[in-house]
Amino acid sequence: MRFDFIASYVSAFTGPWWKFLYDFSLLTTPVHEWLNGSVSPFWTTVIEMVVVGVVFLLFYAVVGLFLVYAERKVCAFIQNRLGPNRIGPYGIFQTIADLVKLLFKEIIPIKNADSLLFNIAPYIVIIVNFMALAAIPYANGLHAIDFNIGIFYILAVSSMSVVGVLLAGWSSNSKYSLIGAMRSGAQIVSYELSIGLALITIVILSGTMQLSEIVEAQRTGWFIFKGHIPAIIAFIIYVISSTAEINRGPFDMAEAESELTAGYHTEYSGIKFAFFYLAEYINMFIVASIAATMFLGGWMPFHIGNLEGFNMVMDFIPPFIWYIGKTFFIIWIIMLFKWTFPRLRIDQLLTLEWKYLLPINLVNILVMSFLVLKGWHF
Amino acid sequence: MEEKVEIIATDEKQEFIVNMGPQHPSTHGVLRLVVSLQGETVKNIQPHIGYIHRGIEKMCESITYPQIIHLTDRMDYLSAHQNNESVCLLVEKALEVDIPDRIKVIRTIMSELSRLQSHQLFWATFGMDLGGQTCYFYGLRDREMILDIFEETTGGRMIVSYNCPGGLMYDIHPNFQKRVKDFIKYFRKKLPEYDTILTGNVIFRERTSGIGPLTLQDAISYGITGPSARASGLSCDVRKHEPYSAYDKVKFNEVLFSEGDTYHRYMARNDEMRQSMNTIEQLIDNIPEGPYAVKMKPVIKLPEGEYFQRVETARGELGLFVISDGNKNPYRVKFRSPNFVNLGVLNHLAKGFKIADLIAIAGSLDFVIPDMDR
Repeated sequence: MRFDFIASYVSAFTGPWWKFLYDFSLLTTPVHEWLNGSVSPFWTTVIEMVVVGVVFLLFYAVVGLFLVYAERKVCAFIQNRLGPNRIGPYGIFQTIADLVKLLFKEIIPIKNADSLLFNIAPYIVIIVNFMALAAIPYANGLHAIDFNIGIFYILAVSSMSVVGVLLAGWSSNSKYSLIGAMRSGAQIVSYELSIGLALITIVILSGTMQLSEIVEAQRTGWFIFKGHIPAIIAFIIYVISSTAEINRGPFDMAEAESELTAGYHTEYSGIKFAFFYLAEYINMFIVASIAATMFLGGWMPFHIGNLEGFNMVMDFIPPFIWYIGKTFFIIWIIMLFKWTFPRLRIDQLLTLEWKYLLPINLVNILVMSFLVLKGWHF
Repeated sequence: MEEKVEIIATDEKQEFIVNMGPQHPSTHGVLRLVVSLQGETVKNIQPHIGYIHRGIEKMCESITYPQIIHLTDRMDYLSAHQNNESVCLLVEKALEVDIPDRIKVIRTIMSELSRLQSHQLFWATFGMDLGGQTCYFYGLRDREMILDIFEETTGGRMIVSYNCPGGLMYDIHPNFQKRVKDFIKYFRKKLPEYDTILTGNVIFRERTSGIGPLTLQDAISYGITGPSARASGLSCDVRKHEPYSAYDKVKFNEVLFSEGDTYHRYMARNDEMRQSMNTIEQLIDNIPEGPYAVKMKPVIKLPEGEYFQRVETARGELGLFVISDGNKNPYRVKFRSPNFVNLGVLNHLAKGFKIADLIAIAGSLDFVIPDMDR
């Protein structure tokens, strides 16, 4: 019978509907099998790519807009202001209105700009964002790609965003943009090192680079608790250097508005500016996601040893909520940085990286290796 | 023409010329700095002024003395009250008018309130120049309260025009004393917050201490005045050396440091806020009774001669020089404005430091551009 798959599909839905919240593969596996049974494997792949792509586009827009709104509310909270409060309840539609405005704005052509590079620079930044988003485990089974070098892949991909920034600064034919781009280049190249080493500390502890296994290994306890002091040091270094990596205050040298007006995107307008702006926030989301996954257990609930009742309550909260909660906690920390600290100078920024964070990191890796060799971690 | 030649010449030296301004977020107005850079390091700065030149000195030659007061508001708009006072003091000195104590005391309180709000705005914008945007909102929150006090008594918030030759435009508002006292009580509690968010911050210390040091020698030879000079140890407070209004009756300290770097220029202003509050507290309860203005002739004519009066504004020493030919209009007016003179030292201070330091140094000199151009 041609419609046999319907029976198998329906059978997947038996039981309480909320079980998908706890294991998303219960939903995706039957769909995948149904597709495989109905069309050729090639078309299965194509359809799945399109569906996942559309979902990511929506996710990207929603997260980006929400983070812009959240940032405005957080900074308003710190600065004794109200923040956006006119459009929609508590101003939640403000960013959508802003986006619509930016969509309709004229894109001003720049005289003597390298128009090809100038036009593709924002897209490079956006593409890199999507590539990094694909590898993050959002919940149990909610994972676009899961392969054995996941964290290595994310590091490799996210460091490519500097190409877009450099191209934007170089092609704008503006001196502020050029200085901003050069600063950004120096900054990202330096801090990429710290991020990599801080994550290697955790890779040593977990023994794998596959993100789903890293999360699974934290079922008995998050790595920040498991790894003693080296894991905490690695976490602090990671948060500092990832703030620098995404060009946010107090490390926002690349767009230092009081020195370089807007840095590398000074000359951009309309939706192209919006791309840079959104990419900045999605970058923040990505680094916070990695921090949550590597140090705070990703979507894994918080467990305390043999406290069964407590653990059951924690398990009841769906993994996606855990993941979002941890990610937004890190994002909140990064936002607090920006709105309470003055900006560093470029040479102080590089000094911090090469003279302090890097040596501490290297020693930290040694200590962690020693701990793992001796089996002293939990 | 000369400027063009020089820019081409520096270009051959492989220097990177950046035009900062006239529209730039950190020049606090329409100041244009032509900065030549080598990498991030500042090699040379050419300030270009005149974008907001209104010819105030020339305009003064065709208007009467009471009218001049309203132009002085528009020079250093953050020290509007002190600017007004300079004209009034000069006219009163020339005509040898005796000013009752009440007027003197109110003028002093108003001057100090002006200084306080100016330093609050300095603190706010200096924090923003260094990238700490929260400072801006903290500073403005407290400054609003002083502006409200001004508004209640004088009708204006920034452009007060409260003085007139022979006294004040109107008497103080009945609420004035209470509100000033309330404000001081409030601000004494808030000032430690300023230190928590900015002064004590390690990044702020790193960014400012040792940056753009101004020696006592240089401060004298460049003619720097105000808190910027006092941070280098130059005792130049007109309120101390040549007391006017009621400054001879109050006790306050001249804030002096010896280091003269950006951090101490900031600290000098920070401490002056405390001194201003002390001064106001001494006077606010002892405002004598009496008229708020002395009756002057309807048309004020200064006797033939040359007159000079200086006052201490929030940014330094404002000198007013007037030549009178006995008419109701002055023959020639010259303002020695503190900002114009202080700008001269910028190149000397910022040379060899980074772009970010240039912003910090310019911020610590606390420029008000309309005062440079007049």
